[in-house]
Amino acid sequence: MRGNNAMAEAAVRAGCRYYFGYPITPQNDVPEYMAERMPEVGGTFIQGESEIASIYMVLGASAAGGRAMTSSSSPGISLKQEGLSFLAGHELPAVIANVVRGGPGLGNIAGSQSDYFQCTRGGGHGDYRMIVLAPGNVQEMADLTYLSFDLADKYRTPVMIMADGMMGNTMEPVTLPPMIKVEDLPEKDYAVTGRLGKRKSRVRLSLILEPKDLEEHNWKLQRKYSLISANEVRWEGFELEDAEMVIVAFGTAARIAKGAIRRVRKEGLKVGLLRPITLWPFPSAAIAEAAKTAKDFLVFELNAGQMIEDVRLAVEGKASVHFYGRPGGTSPTPRDLAKVITNRYCQHFRPI
Amino acid sequence: MQKVYSRPKYLKDAAFHYCPGCGHSIVHRLVAEVFEEMGIGERAIGVAPAGCAVLAYNYFDCDFVEGAHGRGAAIATGIKRRWPDAVVFSYQGDGDLAAIGTAETIHAAARGENITIIFVNNGIYGMTGGQMAPTTLRGMKATTAPFGREPRREGYNLDITHLVAEIEGTAFAARALITTPKEIKKAKKLIASAFECQLQGRGFSIVELVSACPTNWKLSPLASIKFIEENMAKAYPPGVLVERRLPEAAKE
Ligand SMILES: Cc1ncc(C[n+]2csc(CCOP(=O)(O)OP(=O)(O)O)c2C)c(N)n1
Ligand code: SF4
Repeated sequence: MRGNNAMAEAAVRAGCRYYFGYPITPQNDVPEYMAERMPEVGGTFIQGESEIASIYMVLGASAAGGRAMTSSSSPGISLKQEGLSFLAGHELPAVIANVVRGGPGLGNIAGSQSDYFQCTRGGGHGDYRMIVLAPGNVQEMADLTYLSFDLADKYRTPVMIMADGMMGNTMEPVTLPPMIKVEDLPEKDYAVTGRLGKRKSRVRLSLILEPKDLEEHNWKLQRKYSLISANEVRWEGFELEDAEMVIVAFGTAARIAKGAIRRVRKEGLKVGLLRPITLWPFPSAAIAEAAKTAKDFLVFELNAGQMIEDVRLAVEGKASVHFYGRPGGTSPTPRDLAKVITNRYCQHFRPI
Repeated sequence: MQKVYSRPKYLKDAAFHYCPGCGHSIVHRLVAEVFEEMGIGERAIGVAPAGCAVLAYNYFDCDFVEGAHGRGAAIATGIKRRWPDAVVFSYQGDGDLAAIGTAETIHAAARGENITIIFVNNGIYGMTGGQMAPTTLRGMKATTAPFGREPRREGYNLDITHLVAEIEGTAFAARALITTPKEIKKAKKLIASAFECQLQGRGFSIVELVSACPTNWKLSPLASIKFIEENMAKAYPPGVLVERRLPEAAKE
């Protein structure tokens, strides 16, 4: 299955019944898939007039208690940022997929990781955080999308899937998760439903004029983010045990890195990979742990160096941290990267 | 003694924060009365705007979602698709609906989205302190049109309801003046017709209420009413702009 389709089908199986989107390459498979699939499962598909409208349709459907999703790519995500801030402030769940392209501006449609800052720093206004999941293959496009709906509901927060053009358009075999019964999902006692006289009226809002109440609301959000940081960090280690040098890479870059590591391991270089799966919360503790033994970190990203800031913070000066990246939407082959690794390794450790 | 008026069932027991002579208070009451008379208040879900009516949910006793500036029609769309049997409405000002939210409004109409928009046109940005709105009349002063709106400089005023009425998905578009008791009664009838249209599943409905902002017009409440009658009503004449029967698709 194509990555984008795997993501869309997994969303359906996770109980997503409200999809609103606006076309942008390289994620058009998602709205196209949903346009066919939503009616089949009794859901709603709307091609909105813009990314802004789409994210607010998501907000409406989510406030009304439905599992809702939108997807887009970089320039479209810029437009959705306002809505992401409102979803966070209103404490509403939603799933947003960003199949990243090269940027800034229109950039190009090749896979890129240039939105790392935008995705992990919130992007929209205000003190909020968002869970960001970075799939590393098509199976994970399905699995992490499936998971994202549960995480969004559990914490009442928007969750972003940060993929890229390559991940979205790669074809691989996938085992799809089971179809849940939407009727079995727990009732949302915060949702607007039209109260039918049975209870007091409900309001979902983020306008809090009283300063001390707003402060309390913000602390409440921060407590939630602490809880997420404590419970939801996900990462994968590859050949880490004896690694003297650790590559930190996510998504497509991590795949390339694995190929490169296999090559250099054959030459006897002790190199491993630490792949963040959650970009927020970031696996800082795992990186700090690795920094106890590994003395050199090479951060490899398909951008000009964004995640490296998080890696540096986690390493806290206990090892050297370097960067290799390609910001044009192009990506090196495992062989290219293996060369870079070998050069660095030889500088730092021993000549081979 | 005969009781001739009491607080409508769907207005909470809270004092309005609106300025004296402001149309928002009157429009709130009209909508709440319509809910009660039509027996739809229990099914109502509202979307509040950014604008002077930002706290509408403190007054209406029904489920509410606070919207972002201009996005009311999109949010209402999401809610309505989730609960097709609910009575979903968005309450918006002219800055909200005719400037930042133009696209959301026009496209909700184009989809024939089965929601109702209560549109309060006071020709100015009230909440932010009297800046020019798309609906500000020619010659009318605003803090950002200090010399009075001159089309060659500030552009022409926009009759957005008229524009929306042209769209096939709009089942009902009407306009009323919040001036005299007689006009206000007409306004209530039009609001009721708009909700009736939603109940019948006929598509998008909008009621524009041409309403006073004495504070930012810098006129007394009475002079404001006169200003509506003499000026606003010429640019925004009251009446039913369009009424379409069941959409083509539903007839087949
Ligand atoms: C994105 C965004 N831009 C600007 C504002 C500031 N703002 C709040 S209300 C408003 C205008 C309100 O005018 P109108 O819709 O005519 O309503 P009124 O206050 O007159 O009832 C503006 C510009 C905002 N809240 N959000
Ligand atoms: S500023 Fe104008 S619109 Fe706002 S409450 Fe006062 S009179 Fe009403």
